[in-house]
Amino acid sequence: MSKVSPKVYSKDVKVDVHYLTRVEGHGNIVVDVKNGKLTKCEFQVIESPRFFESMLVGRSIWEAQHLTSRICGICACGHSLASIKAAEAALGVEPSDEAVMLRKLLLYTEQMDSHILHIYFLVAPDLLGVKSVIPLIQTHRPVIETALRMKRMSDYAGEVLAGRHIHPISYVIGGLTQLPSREGLVKLYKMMLEARKDGEETLKVIKKLKFPKFERPTQYMSLANDTEYAMYDGDLAVNGRNKIKAKDYKKLFTETVVEHSRAKISTINNKPYAVGAISRFNNNGAKLNKKAKEAVQELGLKAPCYNPYLNTAIQLVEWVHCLEESIVIMEKILGDGLSKKTVVSSWPKRSELRKIKYKPNSGVGCVEVPRGSLFHDYTINNKGNISYANCVIPTNQNMGNLEADMRKLVPELLGKRTQAQITLDLEMLARSYDPCISCATHLLDVKFVNGLPNAHH
Amino acid sequence: MKKQAKPKLAFFDFTDCEGCQLQIVNMGNSLLELVKLVDIVNFREAMSEASDDYDIAFVEGSISTDNDVKRIKKIREKAKVVVAFGACASIGGVNGIKNLHSLELAKKRVYGEKSDKVNTIKVMPIQEVVKVDYVINGCPPYIPEIVSVIKCLLLGKAYTVPNYAVCVECKMNENVCRYEKDEECMGPVTRAGCNSWCVNNGNRCYGCRGLVDNPASDGQKDILLKYGLKLEDVLKHFTLYNASSGDKYEQSFA
Repeated sequence: MSKVSPKVYSKDVKVDVHYLTRVEGHGNIVVDVKNGKLTKCEFQVIESPRFFESMLVGRSIWEAQHLTSRICGICACGHSLASIKAAEAALGVEPSDEAVMLRKLLLYTEQMDSHILHIYFLVAPDLLGVKSVIPLIQTHRPVIETALRMKRMSDYAGEVLAGRHIHPISYVIGGLTQLPSREGLVKLYKMMLEARKDGEETLKVIKKLKFPKFERPTQYMSLANDTEYAMYDGDLAVNGRNKIKAKDYKKLFTETVVEHSRAKISTINNKPYAVGAISRFNNNGAKLNKKAKEAVQELGLKAPCYNPYLNTAIQLVEWVHCLEESIVIMEKILGDGLSKKTVVSSWPKRSELRKIKYKPNSGVGCVEVPRGSLFHDYTINNKGNISYANCVIPTNQNMGNLEADMRKLVPELLGKRTQAQITLDLEMLARSYDPCISCATHLLDVKFVNGLPNAHH
Repeated sequence: MKKQAKPKLAFFDFTDCEGCQLQIVNMGNSLLELVKLVDIVNFREAMSEASDDYDIAFVEGSISTDNDVKRIKKIREKAKVVVAFGACASIGGVNGIKNLHSLELAKKRVYGEKSDKVNTIKVMPIQEVVKVDYVINGCPPYIPEIVSVIKCLLLGKAYTVPNYAVCVECKMNENVCRYEKDEECMGPVTRAGCNSWCVNNGNRCYGCRGLVDNPASDGQKDILLKYGLKLEDVLKHFTLYNASSGDKYEQSFA
């Protein structure tokens, strides 16, 4: 980089990224610096509002899973599982251990799918200095082939386990409508064993990438439990402490509507907090399996991690963890077989449907989806119809934290980086959170409001 | 004649979950074949570059704000071919449920006292606003059908969406009828083309592909009566995906 006098960098900076790319959904980043003073720093979610929480009112509790999986195409399985857990809590249904095991397997494979999409397709182009994954097909062909193979494995997992990954079919209240075929499971198991090598290759790729240096300690919230690296179940923990039952989430954090965004913003004790891989790692890192801990070593990571850019590297650690956990479950399934008792119909049988006596009740379901803790909260009336619904989405919970990161980062960059560089830094920061904006409305454009006349490209 | 350049393909999303675009990413080898035949110039979910120069627009999602209306009209002006991609774009999909409640109530429920800041209008499939050349139904779209439609599109042929019920495919797949299993199903009135995907996996049909042109309403009513169902029970299922084409099911069950 050519040496330039700091004076070249204006004290007025306006970032205005309209429609941030390589994220799921639509968002803007708007930053305004006047005379070196940050006057505006916003992450605006501009996706059209979806109104799921209103759409659910009046619908039968038995169709909540089908409906809410449509909140998001990437974490459709996560939404399904949070919804099923909430519905089961409201109805008083206990799933069998086997059903829970199959749910964990689906959740792990979805984590793998989403993390690979994020690492290779959304983040890697920035770190390799290109605009999308497409030029990498020419320049980094073996890497892209690895990525596609890893993606195919987790897609196939969705297909075998749930009929498809986008809007899963067979996972319903109480169990599965159909057991995965043995043939499919055998093939999937083989693909998982082969994926270990791709994981190692990916580790080498990530190790070589240079993540920006930036730190801001914050509150890290995730599920936590005593037995495992919590994904499917647990209590809510903040920085390893303050455990509270997931169903009491409203006592822990508050959601507020802000004017610049369609997504609600959440705070704990009036301060922003982070969810997602970085929070799970900071709270539960000690419970990662052996291979995942080796990946932690290899990548030089340490919990607690305060650099949000490293969320992407931690996602790879989680990928390794989820693969090994999945392999253990697959070996159990292939060894013991699955029980027909896990098979249920998607709704109660027609002849029973009108006889069921419903007690008005509420239920909360929380699972860790790729981007963080996801909550579905339903109240049902005496007809089994939903009278109240609330869905709390990881991206919304992260938005306040992302803005706080931006407020710390921008002044650190002023005088050192050009407007174009600051814009990219902010885009990369937002992307590192892996925002899912369809979910959040339940995104990203960077807007620097004052043009920088001497910006170097 | 000049050597033909590859047609430029752009993806656009409106109110939806972006699962349809992800189905494209999940096409695997078919996707590698596709990029040989077309130039993908706009795919915000995967690319930072964006182009305003395109021939074919794949549009997913429903229209639900004033800005959406303006945007889809602009896309229609620029594109030679517009494809309604997925249930939200083609029939309104689950977004249509919003139309069953008043907009004011929906806004209040989700955004509370700040609800007046939210811009939203009645949910519409895109062909309620602009002319559409091809339709790919389904939530999510069925990959073999995506491939069929793209083939027709590139050859300049029409694609005919099946106009028979999911039951036809379901029988070919030798599934036991859900009604025989003491369950309910939208298969008898729903447009085929998905190879009875959900029933094959032990679930029922939810009607995500929309209704056939002439749903056999009398036949469906006979089935409902035979199995002791009340019309109101089944009407509820019609609103899961087909609420924004409300007049159609009202007609069928008048």
